[in-house]
Amino acid sequence: MILLPETEAEAAAMIRDAAAKNTRLALGGNGTRAGFGNAFLADAILRSTQLSGIVDYDPAEMVMSAQAGTPLAAIEAALAQNRQMLAFEPMDHRPVMGTQGEPTIGGVFAANVAGPRRFVSGAARDSLLGLRFVNGEGEVLRAGGRVMKNVTGLDLVKLLAGSHGTLGFITEVTFRVLPVPQTAATVVLSDLEDAEAAQAMAAAMALSVEVSGSAHLPPSVKTRFLAGGLPGYAATALRIEGPAEAVSLRAERLVAALEDYGPVTRLGAQETATLWREIRDVHPYADSTTRPLWRVSVAPSAGHQLVAALRLEAGIDTFYDWQGGLVWMRMEAEPEGELLRRAIRATGGGHATLLRASAQARATTSAFEPEAPALAALSARVKAMLDPANIFSPGKMGGF
Amino acid sequence: MSQAIAFLPPRAAVLSRRAAIIADLSDLLPAECLVHDPRELVPFETDAFVSYRRLPLAVALPNNTAEVSAVLRYCHRHGIPVVPRGAGTSLSGGAIPQEDAVVIGLSRMARVLEIDTANRTATVQAGVTNLAISERAGAEGFFYAPDPSSQLACTIGGNIGMNSGGAHCLKYGVTTNNLLGVKLVLVDGTVVELGGKHLDAGGYDLLGLVCGSEGQLGIVSEATVRLIAKPEGAQPVLFGFDTSEEAGACVADIIASGIIPVAIEFMDKPAIEICEAFAKAGYPLDVGALLIVEVEGSEPEMEAMLKSIVAIARKHGVKTVRECQSATEAALIWKGRKSAFGATGRIADYICMDGTVPLGQLSYVLKRTGEIVAGFGLRVANVFHAGDGNMHPLILFNANDPDEARKAEEAGNEILKLCVDAGGCLTGEHGVGIEKRDLMRHQYTDAELRQQMRVREAFDADWLLNPSKVFPLEGQPMRDTTAA
Repeated sequence: MILLPETEAEAAAMIRDAAAKNTRLALGGNGTRAGFGNAFLADAILRSTQLSGIVDYDPAEMVMSAQAGTPLAAIEAALAQNRQMLAFEPMDHRPVMGTQGEPTIGGVFAANVAGPRRFVSGAARDSLLGLRFVNGEGEVLRAGGRVMKNVTGLDLVKLLAGSHGTLGFITEVTFRVLPVPQTAATVVLSDLEDAEAAQAMAAAMALSVEVSGSAHLPPSVKTRFLAGGLPGYAATALRIEGPAEAVSLRAERLVAALEDYGPVTRLGAQETATLWREIRDVHPYADSTTRPLWRVSVAPSAGHQLVAALRLEAGIDTFYDWQGGLVWMRMEAEPEGELLRRAIRATGGGHATLLRASAQARATTSAFEPEAPALAALSARVKAMLDPANIFSPGKMGGF
Repeated sequence: MSQAIAFLPPRAAVLSRRAAIIADLSDLLPAECLVHDPRELVPFETDAFVSYRRLPLAVALPNNTAEVSAVLRYCHRHGIPVVPRGAGTSLSGGAIPQEDAVVIGLSRMARVLEIDTANRTATVQAGVTNLAISERAGAEGFFYAPDPSSQLACTIGGNIGMNSGGAHCLKYGVTTNNLLGVKLVLVDGTVVELGGKHLDAGGYDLLGLVCGSEGQLGIVSEATVRLIAKPEGAQPVLFGFDTSEEAGACVADIIASGIIPVAIEFMDKPAIEICEAFAKAGYPLDVGALLIVEVEGSEPEMEAMLKSIVAIARKHGVKTVRECQSATEAALIWKGRKSAFGATGRIADYICMDGTVPLGQLSYVLKRTGEIVAGFGLRVANVFHAGDGNMHPLILFNANDPDEARKAEEAGNEILKLCVDAGGCLTGEHGVGIEKRDLMRHQYTDAELRQQMRVREAFDADWLLNPSKVFPLEGQPMRDTTAA
């Protein structure tokens, strides 16, 4: 059964009804990220797609409010008209997850989506100022507000962001937007080994040139970017954005500081836009398969160490974003969840999320990083406080 | 609200066991880490919200996470309230204790544990001051961005408790945007790690929830924060206007043009005079309102950005534009701004409000603020973070005159309600504490407050952590604990 409330009040009534009857609801928008999380059983799907439309947008204040089911494309079009954008550069999961339809703005925040700029500008949660949601008892609640600085009460906004529809049904979001940079350029260092690339990327971040994208594309994936147009056998890409004059000056300083690492090439604005969109959307692994795909978040300097350790024990293919701290990892056979997670702990900690795998593999591998017992118990208590009847996507985010 | 802010009645069962509790605590801590002599407790009876004070039962000053954990476990087992304390610079009374509470002060845990330049992180104990992080990272070319005015004294633990901001948040965000991980001691003494040097949460974003929770979800004993490469250069520029309205409109126009300076600070005439008299920063005294706009980057970048900002300011009738000629001048400009509260304290008692409003409402809220305060026969100085709409009206009064003190509090409450009604919030960076607790109903519905309190209970079912703060007492489930 699919429930399509047309108003927030209707959604609240449906949820009250579900709580009374113990009906388990899968919450979502258009389902383009429906494969996230552990497989779970639901009696009905509650979709936000009929709750659509921009509620308020004042470009001068750089703040927008929209109903949760508003297509992301409509949001981005309205922003583009005012030369503004979402700072966190949300990834489009459809290519790697093999899903169809229009991603919604509610889904973007519910999954705390981000892209290459995340390591300097934050994730969706950092731009989210406020939201309206319905809790598991069918109460319509607000959290946060419309202003950038707000410490009035508990920050339920952060809690709901990234809760994947397990804590509340988000009906409206209010978020900060930023001006689109006047132009952008990419400095590409060629032929670095993973460890050298990590050093070069760290050196770039120590300069005051405001790098806004930092990725390393090893030989196995390099040809999949810019239609094979990147020079050398491996590419380390550093993006700079801003006013034209500043971009050109900062790129020069970057090149001067890094040219000892290897051959340097510069990409213009257009190639920069394409390259970082491909990095954002994990282009090399948009391969129409269900080969296991992991999103691994570790300390930037640990990424390549993790990969080196794993290579000895499993068939993997990887590339790095976020200065090496985001490792996209495709397993050639089994997900190897335990092996991967053990290796993460051994290289300083972090977490791995299984984005894609066969149904069989998903049934036996926890999609989200298992938490230490005390933390898992705490998360379960938090969930129970928002969704006492445990009707929102039960089991999706762990053993609760 | 004209009566004094209430605290929860002390738990009789705790008060009656005071001597035994102190004896037990002295088994858990080295002697120099436990304060219980009533005279020595006096420095802990209040924070920077000095109108209220309560002597705590005892003060624990642990040396490490294990001692924090031991004290919390003990207090939890015996139903003793705990009030966490950093440097005691809270402007909202967040660190004010109560008679039946053990204060856990983090001042002895003041070590920088690691500056990791490859990963751009600093890992520190919670009692490290905000400024110390930037000082330590500075040698390597990095800094920690959030910069509350009290940064010389305030601790990172307190910053996390209040999700502190500062002048430079316009570009770099507030504490929650710069916090990567914490070691959190839960109320029962369990130590958990949230986050680390990596980004994003593996499960629920409990780190985001803990940041700004005013010490009610646990005690942060260590933190890992994000460092940023220092900009090549930075330059504060002074823009003087005849009226506050012109200055306010100029701020809105700068932001609307797509320029995001590092900081835009606003001072009205009374604030300019107070700060100039104190800091001799070279502020123009012939203007009605002053903006400090800071740009950063290389010389050509700053020059280009300033040119655009000056052009916008001219449209709004700017009277004075003053670029500083040296690093010393720049430092003086910030010294004047950051000592605004202290300088005000030299000429009068004051209470400082902290509401945030949408930028488009700035001019209106400024005007109404002046009218409200004048209506009570008092004076106000405005000095605040204009770029993000975070206002700080300082209401001046004489604390020795109970009538004036009451009027100042009433005026403050009206201003905060005005901020909420204008689409903003009660507090942008100082926190709710006790100060704004009883106004929470003006911003939130009962259902919303109930939901927040239930999430709080997931961490602290017995309401032992900083219990008299944030949530109106009459709505708290544990308020009648005197019989406990």
